[in-house]
This record gives sequence, C-alpha cells and structure tokens, in this order.
Amino acid sequence: MAMQKHPEKIIFEYSRPGRGSYAQFPTEHDTPNTVAADIPENLRRKKPAALLPEVSELEVVRHFTKLSQLNFSIDTHFYPLGSCTMKYNPKACNQYAMLPGFLNRHPLAPDAAGQGFLACMFELQEMLKEVTGMQGVALSPMAGAHGEFAGVAMIRAYHRARGDLARNEIIVPDAAHGTNPATATMCGCAVKEIPTKDDGDIDVEALKQVVGPNTAGIMLTNPSTCGVFERRIKDVAKIVHDAGGLLYYDGANLNAILGKVRPGDMGFDVIHMNLHKTFSTPHGGGGPGAGAVGVSSRLLPFMPIPVVGREAVVGKDGDQYRWLTEKDLPQSIGRLSAFMGNAGVLLRAYIYMRMLGREGMHRVGEFATLNANYLMAVLAKKGFEPAYPGRRASHEFIITAKKQKDTLGVTAMDFAKRLLDYGFHAPTTYFPLLVPECLLIEPTETESKEALDGFIDAMVAIQKEAESQADLVKSAPHTMTVRRLDDVRAARQLDLTWKGPQELRSA
Amino acid sequence: MSDSPADLKYTKSHEWVRTLADGNVEVGITDHAQSALGDLVFVEVPEAGKSLKAGDTFAVVESVKAASDVYAPVAGTVVEGNAALGGQPELINSEPYKGGWIMVLKPSGEPQGLLSAAEYQAHLAAEG
Amino acid sequence: MPFIPHTPKDVTDMLAAIGARSIDDLFDEIPKELRIESLAGIPDALNEMQIGRLMSARAAQDGTPLNFIGAGAYEHHIPSAVWAITTRGEFYSAYTPYQAEASQGTLQLIYEYQTMITSLTGMDVSNASLYDGGSAVAEASLMAIRTHRRSKSQRILVPSTLNPNYRKASLATTAGQGVRIEEIPCPKGHLSVADLEKYKGEDITALVIQQPNFFGVLEDVDALTDFAQANGWIVIASVNPTSLGVLKPPGEWGTRGADIACGDCQPLGVPLSSGGPYAGFLTAKMDHVRQMPGRIVGRTVDMSGHQGFALTLQAREQHIRRGKATSNICTNQGLLITAATIYLSLIGPEGLARVANECHARTQELVNALTRIKGVKVAFDRPRFHEAVLLLDRPVAPVIAALAQRGIIGGYDLSNDYPELGNALLVCATETRTPADIQTYADALADTLKAAVRAA
Repeated sequence: MAMQKHPEKIIFEYSRPGRGSYAQFPTEHDTPNTVAADIPENLRRKKPAALLPEVSELEVVRHFTKLSQLNFSIDTHFYPLGSCTMKYNPKACNQYAMLPGFLNRHPLAPDAAGQGFLACMFELQEMLKEVTGMQGVALSPMAGAHGEFAGVAMIRAYHRARGDLARNEIIVPDAAHGTNPATATMCGCAVKEIPTKDDGDIDVEALKQVVGPNTAGIMLTNPSTCGVFERRIKDVAKIVHDAGGLLYYDGANLNAILGKVRPGDMGFDVIHMNLHKTFSTPHGGGGPGAGAVGVSSRLLPFMPIPVVGREAVVGKDGDQYRWLTEKDLPQSIGRLSAFMGNAGVLLRAYIYMRMLGREGMHRVGEFATLNANYLMAVLAKKGFEPAYPGRRASHEFIITAKKQKDTLGVTAMDFAKRLLDYGFHAPTTYFPLLVPECLLIEPTETESKEALDGFIDAMVAIQKEAESQADLVKSAPHTMTVRRLDDVRAARQLDLTWKGPQELRSA
Repeated sequence: MSDSPADLKYTKSHEWVRTLADGNVEVGITDHAQSALGDLVFVEVPEAGKSLKAGDTFAVVESVKAASDVYAPVAGTVVEGNAALGGQPELINSEPYKGGWIMVLKPSGEPQGLLSAAEYQAHLAAEG
Repeated sequence: MPFIPHTPKDVTDMLAAIGARSIDDLFDEIPKELRIESLAGIPDALNEMQIGRLMSARAAQDGTPLNFIGAGAYEHHIPSAVWAITTRGEFYSAYTPYQAEASQGTLQLIYEYQTMITSLTGMDVSNASLYDGGSAVAEASLMAIRTHRRSKSQRILVPSTLNPNYRKASLATTAGQGVRIEEIPCPKGHLSVADLEKYKGEDITALVIQQPNFFGVLEDVDALTDFAQANGWIVIASVNPTSLGVLKPPGEWGTRGADIACGDCQPLGVPLSSGGPYAGFLTAKMDHVRQMPGRIVGRTVDMSGHQGFALTLQAREQHIRRGKATSNICTNQGLLITAATIYLSLIGPEGLARVANECHARTQELVNALTRIKGVKVAFDRPRFHEAVLLLDRPVAPVIAALAQRGIIGGYDLSNDYPELGNALLVCATETRTPADIQTYADALADTLKAAVRAA
C-alpha cells in the first residue's frame, strides 16, 4: 500500500517580494514598468493584486507537479467511475491537436486561412452523424449540460415555430442525471418526473398518464443510469411522438452501444454526445468537455450556430469549408458561446475516431459491455449484490451495499473510500438515488482483465475487513494526503480564498 | 423514534405548527425531517411581510448532501423569519422545536388538514 | 485492437465467467431490429503514424500567419511550463474532484485559482470556471436576477460596446426564462451616463459594463457603476484579466464596486486554438455566493484536523438541487484554469503589469503605423487599452482577404455586427508582436490599398 503523502504548501506561502519568473516577462525586470500616460488616472489599478504569488519558475514547476501527484487519474489508476467513461485518453490525440497550426489559429481568422482545421470539423460532424443515426450535428456546445441546453432549446423552438405554444413540459425519469431537470428549468420548461420500475426500465404506464398536449418532450439516457438498456424504447418513442412530443437522448452512456445501436434508429429526435466520455477526450479534472448535438431532420433548422458547411467553389478544384451563421440558419436557437465551441477538444475527438475507424467503433461498445458484465458476474459470485440481477449489464452496473450497511454498518461510501487505499478510484456512489447504498461501476473497454481482477480482489478484501474490523473500513482512507474531510465545516465556515498564513481555527 | 411533542400540529411534509397566544403560528421542521437531512449548513428564511398560500415554499433548508423546500402549512403573512438561523443553522438540528423555529406567520384563516402528534407518528410509520 | 488490451484467451475466459457464448449475446436485451451491422460512413482506421501525418498536413495547411485580431481572444506568450504541467496525466486525465481524498491536487489548485482571480478582480468569491467569457455574461445575468429579488422585470441592459458574441450567447441562454437582454446603442464607441438617464426610475435588474469594451475603448466605470447602483441595478462587469494588471479592478469601480465580475481566462496561458477550449471566470461579492452557478472549492479540515480541500455549497448545484439548481452546468473548463493558475503564478503581479503595458504600447505603435497610411484613420478618439477600431476608405472584407494571402490576419471586420460604423476594422497587437511584425503589417496594408487603387 502507498505511503501517506506529504501535503503541499499553498503557493502563496512560497511568495517573496521581488521574486519572479523573470524569463517570462516581456521586458527586462530592471527596466521601468510604467503605465502609459494616455490611460486616465482614475481608471488605473492603485496597487498590484495582493494575491498573485511572487515565485521562481522552479518553485512553480515543483509546486504544481507536487499537486498533480495528489490526484488519482486514468494515467495512474483504474478509475471505474460510473456514468463518466474514464477510458484511456490516447496521447496522440493530445499531441496532434496541439500542433502550432491548430493552436495559433484565431477563431475569427478568415475561413480561407483555416481550411485544414475546418476539414477536420466537417468530417467530425459527418462521423458523428453516422454513429448516431442523426441527420445533422452541431459541435459548439462545450459540455454535456451545454448540449442538453441546446437540445431542449431546439425542442422548444420546434414547437413554437409550429405555433404549438402550450408545450412546455419535459418528462424525465426519476433516475435521470440532475442536469436533465436543471436544463429543462433553464429552458423555461416544467419538469415532470416518472418512476423507474424494479427491473430498471421506466414505468411505461406512468408515462402514458403524464403525456399530453403540454408535453414538449422526454429526456432519456439509454442505457439508463441504472446500467440497463431500456427494452421498451420503441413503445416509449411511439407514446411520446403520438402525444406530439419529441425524444431527447442524453448521450452520457453512448459508450455502451457505440457501433451496435444508434439513437436515431431508436426514434430519438435530438441527442447530445459527451465527446469527453465516448470519444475519449480528457476530463481535465472537471473539463473541458464537448457536448456536440445531433438532430433529426425536423430539428435541422434550429441547430445552434456556428456549424461547419461544405460547398463547391466555382472555378476551383475541391470543396471549401466555412462556418454557417444565423444568415444560413435564421431559425437557429442562436449562439451558446463566444466562438465555436471547444475546438481543441473536438480535434482530439476527431483524431480518436479516425484512429478507431469503422472496424474499431463497434469494438468500443462490445468490450465496454464485456468488461462490465464480467465484473458484475464475478462480483456477484463473490457475494456482492447487483441491483438488477436478472438483467444484462450495459457498459456499467450497480452493486448495492444495503446488506453490508444493515448487517455490518459499512456503507457504500465506506467501500468507496477504502478502495482508494487499495489504489483504485471509487465508483460513483449514491447515484442513481433510487438504489440504496449504490455503487455505479463502469470499467470501460480499455482496462485489461488483470485490472478488473485486481479490483475484484480489493472488493473481496474490503468485504473481509468489513466483517472483521469494520472500523478500519469506516474510517478509510488511511493512505491519502488527507483523511475524510469535514464537509459540514466547509459549508458552514466558508473559506473560499486564502487570506494569510494563519492556522486553521480548530474544528 | 423521532420526537414529536403532543402540543404541536404537523403536516405530512414534515413541518410543525405551534399556535401562539396572540393567534399567530410558529412554524419549523420536525425532528424526523432534520434527522433525515443531516447537519444543516444553511437556511433561507422568509422576509417579514411576505404573503403565503398554504403549500407555498417559504424556506429552503440545506445540508451538505441535500436541499429541501419547506412548505407553508397554512395561508397567511410572514411576521418574522428566524434571523438566528443565518449564523446558526445547526439550531434546527439541536432544538428543532425551540430555537430552530423558521418563521412566525399571521394566519389568514383556520388551518386545514393538520395532523396531531399521534397522527404524524402514524404517518411516519407508514412512510417507512 | 487499438486501445483494447484483451487477448482471445481473455475474451474466452471472461465469457465463460459470465456464462455467455459470445460478446453478441451480451446485447440480447436490445430489440434485434435496432441492431446495426456496420457503419459504412466511417473511414478505415489509421494508426498513430498515419494520423500524425494527416494532422500535420492539415495543421500545415493553416500555417502560422501573423495575427492582429483580438476581439475576445488574445495571442499572448505562453510559458513552456504552463502546458508541460497542465498536460501531465494526473491533471489531464482526472475527473471532477468528487472523491476529495483522491483529488487534493485539483482541489487545492482550484482554491489557489479562486484566490488569484478574486485578488485580480477585487471581488470576494469565485467559482471554479464556466465555459467561456460569453456564457459567463449569460450566467452572471441569471445570477443577478436570482440575487435581485425586488426587481421583477428580468431586464438586463447591455451596451452595444459589449462583445456582440457575448450578447448573443446571453440572449440564447436566457431567452427560455423570459429574460430581456436590452441593447443600448453607443454610436460614440462608449457608454455614457447620459445613455442611462432614460432608464431612471424603471425596473432594471442589471447593467453589464465591459472594460475595456469591445472596441478597446475605456469606459468611465466609476460613474456608470455609481449611477446604476444608485438606481438599484446590479452591476455586472465583463473584464479582460490581462488588463487588470494596470486597470482598476471591478471590485473598486465607483463607490461600492461592481456586484459581479466575469470574463474569459483565455489571455492567461490559453492558446487561441480556434476559439476553445477557454474558461469563463465568475466572481462576486460575498452576499451573492449562494446564487453562484458552478463548482466552488473550500478549505476545511480532515478527521485528524489537517488542512484539506473539498467542493462546497453543493446544494446550489444540479446533482443535488436538480430542477431548482442555480444552473445546469456540470463539467466546466477545469484544465484551462489549471493553465491559468500556473500562468498567473509564473507571471506574478509585476509580470502581469508588464504584459499589460507592453500590449498597450504595441497596440499604440500599431495604430500609429497604420494610420500613417492614406485611407486609414482611428474611429474613436478616446482612451483605450490594447485594441482599437480603424476606419478604412473602402470595404474591409477584400482588404482582409488580400492580407491573408500574404500571411497576415489583419483584424476583425466589424461590418456585420456594426454596419453603422462603416468600414470598420478592429485591430490588436499584444506583447508577442515585435516592431518588425508591425512594420510588416503596415507595409502589406499600404501595398494592398495601393494595389486596389491601381486595380480600380
């Protein structure tokens, strides 16, 4: 087991007046640093920002390198965080997205000076259309929730364009990601929740009761957050469409079915894809993501701008690419950010998709599903309880630690924290809420059988500890830089910025 | 078993109501509710003068892992919100029926459909 | 198989453990008619050597022209250490720090970021980033509406001097909730108190002030802030963080300071990269902290009383509050604030002021050089910072196209967004443009304008 690591000082504690990383300054340190006379006195800063550190370059490099070492990451640990698809992020995707020609391109540079970049974006749109079965793709949303916003805004715009003004209700299953209802609210829609049945499928009878003339649409994740495929998806699509609503596909779990089934074929009208999950762009400790949206033909006019278009140029060989704007798409829901989305992330997704190619695409869904079902099957044999034992796992599955909590007083959270001591990142805990003591486990296709077996061994070992020395598990982790943190104190005594070297007041 | 004093009235959504000598009512959340939420870290209390219908949200209570709306058990006008909760939300955890009161309301009519302590306990038992 | 480690024996053993005959069996809950056999539209796989060749060719096709556009994205020097550390796998391939004990690196970094950005803006609290400077104005507007409970109008005033794409992003983001984003025309290139007088006595929720504004012109932020707050409006500042090396921070605008300050971290170590990923920042006065969208990190203690960091005030967020959350934002732009925090640490208070002063000086040189050319003049004769509007004696688009042919990105054509300005070109030079670069541009522009005259 890893030795406990030493915590790292806060950067400001290294700061000394007059120190700096001088090689980075645009002018010599000993030349005057004066504000131009044409900037009026009353608009100037009176004194420098007090909490920008004055540190040497080596101090900066060492500090942030040490901080990085306090993190678990895909590159260092198995990271089976359910619903997050923490698969290997190929290094080629980073290296080739960071070529100078891509990095230095200004977003407002003429399209003629960006044909190489735009060609990648156009081809990415086309590939995403193909793998999802949709008719159009817009790349600009910057994360899953941003894509959800675009999708629901398009649904709303579609109904309004038809004069169907009463449709402002969005239906979401109770197991949905929190972003679904939050998005509906942001779009000015009311949220209607429907229950999930004991087998993990949504309650179709309840859906029939809730649809009607106010239904704008339904937001579904399929496979669902319960880790199972929604078997009656075609009935669901028919019920919602017959009621005049549209179907929104939350692409958080697209990895499970990549190359096997397409949301467009299931009857969905609009989808978002988390390129930072399915297409292996990095999560970066909380972003950037990319939440490209795909639409059926009836939503094409409403796509967020800009979108990349391709057109033949008179008198020239080959096609030319350009950004389409509100002039091309006058019914667009508009612009969701200043420029054209997380272009650098999109390039990484493009590289990843080209490296997988046609034959690699379906392997993603297949091996992600194989790994999840293997892990679920072996854990079940070792005595852990799957939440939906009669069902196939998708690319993820749920283990419930209810029995452990009731008999041993050891919770899902305790298992999660103890796994850190064994060198595994914890699964997603307590989501979805409807499964008690929930551990949502997603191994992804890039993990080897040995890595999965190592995780199983750790779970079995923790179970033994829970039976013989429960306190060891309940007080885990023991090998991290910090032990369990006082979240209540963090919220009651807000300390959101560093104010000086004073010791923390005792709890 | 959580505590629910016999001299108070209750709602199914876990508010308690105490009728004061001047006819106003004091409202808070029950011991059961605070225990389910865990350590409270923030309470948004209503401003005086706000008028409420029965069932309106008049406060929000937050713990680290959850946030919950609190509903007016009866229609009326807010007389006072409990300012002490601003600095000490934990009063709701430590003394839900005393220092943890959330508002005083001047009711605009007779309260309808409130539960006695026994009925509330039965409701809790049924909720499981 | 690329990125999949399974040997044939692994597959056989795993299927046996599951009790399935084939991988295909694992999909037997999916209706057969929905299953697809192939994806004809996806090209053949490329190995790393092949994709490297393709991407190098595509990148080379776009070249590395000499850039003179700012307009919300600025080409600054980026210290080598910034991305060398940011792309370390431990930052690059980590998830949102939900599991605090295994994410102390990211959490402490965000805490340091929050400290630096609030110090820079003169505000009290910061979140851990939004998507970009445009979505930050949108979120700030929604935050102002939640904060300002007495205002029922949901009217947000934005001067036409605000980045037009920020205004458009705000419109698209807030329209569903009935927010009214109202534009104040500013034909003189800046917002004045006189422009606001007509709204006196009306129910206005907030005023957005950009400093420097989209034209590079400096707004009279003290007077504007005081007027707005005297009338009970929330003041939202949208600022360029580099400029705060020398310009007054929003927290000190007017008598009381702006209520909310936002902007884009792109100038702080983030490459232009065709518009993203960048990172929006959002800071505010402490009173508004519970209405902030997005993640916030707090310092606390662990079971042993040692310092540690954790996400806090999570009851504001979608994963707890669902339909009543302050925003739907989940994934933000974490890796970009990693870069920004490392950049600010390297550049420090003195370096930032030097960068700001140098950018301003280079832009003044650029304006001087270009306006010596016949047919080019400055649009707004007011104090500015680091960016300027030039007026040409002919339409801008063909001039930009001709300059691009010579490897120069000559500025941003304002004629689509501001037709009333005529042939207006927005130009910028940062510390990365040398006097020789500026001369190259001036010579090319002079040639281009002359060539056009000859052609005419």
